[in-house]
Amino acid sequence: MNDAAREIEALIALMAKLPGLGPRSARRAVLHLLKKRSRVMVPLATAMAEVATRARDCVTCGNIGTAEICDICASDKRATGEICVVEDVADLWAMERAQVFGGRYHVLGGTLSALDAIGPDELRIPQLKARVRDEGVREVILALGATVDGQTTAHYIADELGGLCTLTSLAQGVPVGGELDYLDEGTISAALRARKGL
Amino acid sequence: MIEWRDEGVVLSVRKHGETSVLLEVFTQTRGRCTGILRGGVSRKMAPHIQPGAQVALVWKARLEDHLGHFSVEPLRSRAQVLEDPLALAALTSMTALLTQLLPEREAHSYLYVDTQKVLDRLGRDAHWPLSYLNWETALLEEMGYGLDLSRCAVTGSRDDLAFVSPRTGRAVSRRGAGDWADKLLPLPQCLLGQAPLDYIDIARGLKTTGHFIARLAGELGDKPMPAARDRFLDRITRKGSGPSGEEAGGF
Repeated sequence: MNDAAREIEALIALMAKLPGLGPRSARRAVLHLLKKRSRVMVPLATAMAEVATRARDCVTCGNIGTAEICDICASDKRATGEICVVEDVADLWAMERAQVFGGRYHVLGGTLSALDAIGPDELRIPQLKARVRDEGVREVILALGATVDGQTTAHYIADELGGLCTLTSLAQGVPVGGELDYLDEGTISAALRARKGL
Repeated sequence: MIEWRDEGVVLSVRKHGETSVLLEVFTQTRGRCTGILRGGVSRKMAPHIQPGAQVALVWKARLEDHLGHFSVEPLRSRAQVLEDPLALAALTSMTALLTQLLPEREAHSYLYVDTQKVLDRLGRDAHWPLSYLNWETALLEEMGYGLDLSRCAVTGSRDDLAFVSPRTGRAVSRRGAGDWADKLLPLPQCLLGQAPLDYIDIARGLKTTGHFIARLAGELGDKPMPAARDRFLDRITRKGSGPSGEEAGGF
C-alpha cells in the first residue's frame, strides 16, 4: 500500500467512527469527498480545522460557541430572568430550533446516573446555583428527559434551588402527531393528569 | 440456538453502538441477566425499558455462555414514580443495589417476587417505605447476611431489644448492651414491626441495613455503596426531619 492509499484508509477509519457511519458508508463518504474535492472536501477540511481551533464551551452556560461567552448569554434581550436547564448541547439546540424560549440556558453536561457513577459534582449544578443567585433569576425551567435518570436529576436540582426562585418543568404527555394506541401507559397517565379544559 | 422466555424487571440500560442497548434485567427463574436489545434506543422502545419497568423477555444465543440477544414486550410501566422524588429515589436505589449485589444468572425467586411487590407499591401505598426497608432485609437474607432479631445475643431475652451487633447482625437488648451501646447499631421498632411508623424510624432502620449492605458490597470485590442508595437515605432522613408538621414524623 502506498502512502496516499494509507492516508485515505486512515481517513476512512476516522470517518467510520462518526455517528451514523460504518466502514462501508465511511468509504462511500470519502469517495464522494474525493470526487468533489474542491467544492466539498477542501471547504469541509477548512471549516473543521477552524471549528477545532475556535470552538469552546461558554463559561456561563456550557453551550458551545467560539467566544468565552456564547451569543445567547451575551445578548441583553435574553436576560428575561428565566433559565432553561438542559442535559446537553443537543437539547439546547433543539429548544432554539423551536424558537419558543426567549431566556437563557444552562447545560448540565449529563444526568445523575447510579450506573455510571455520575454524581452532582460531575454536573454543572453548583454553577447553576451561583447563576440563580447572581443573575437575579426568577424562574428555572427544568427541561430534562422524562427518564428515571432525568427526573432524578430534576428532583435533585429542585432540592438544591428550593426557595431561591420559581421552579417549573416541561409538561409530559401526548406528542404532536402521536396516537394513544402507541403510547406507553406512563405517558398516557402523565397526559391524563395534566389534562386541560377546552 | 438456545432460547428461554421469562418475565423480568429492568435494572439498567446502557447504550451499545448506535441503535442497540445492553439490557440488564432481574428475572424470576434466571436471576440477573444481561443481553443486547436491538433497537433499544428507538423512540418506540426506550419508554418501555426504563429501570423498574416490568417486561416479558425472550433471550436467544448460540451458546449458553454468550451475551445473547433479548426481545422485549412491555408488561407494566412503573412511571408513576417519576413525579414522586422519594419513590423515585427508592426505585433507583433498588435497581442499583440489585445490579451491584446480585450474582449473574443465579435465581432468587423469593427476592424477585418481593422486588415486584415493593416496586408496585412505590408512591401508591402510604406504607411503602416500610416495604422498602423489609425488602433490604430480604436482600441481605438472600445474600447470606440475614439479621437475627428474634432475641438478644447476650442475654437471650426477647424483651427490650434496642440494638443490632454490627459484627453478627444479631439483636441486643438494652441490658445486654451495657457500656457497649454506643458501638452498636440502632434497632428501630419498625424493623421489629412493633411501633407506629414514621420516616425517622425508617431512616434509622436503613442506617442499620446500610451497614451490612456496605459490608456485603465490600466483600464482593471492594464495591462501594451505590450513590443512589445514599441519596435515598438522605432524602428520607430529610423528609423525616422536615420543618413542616405534615412532612415531619409520620407518613
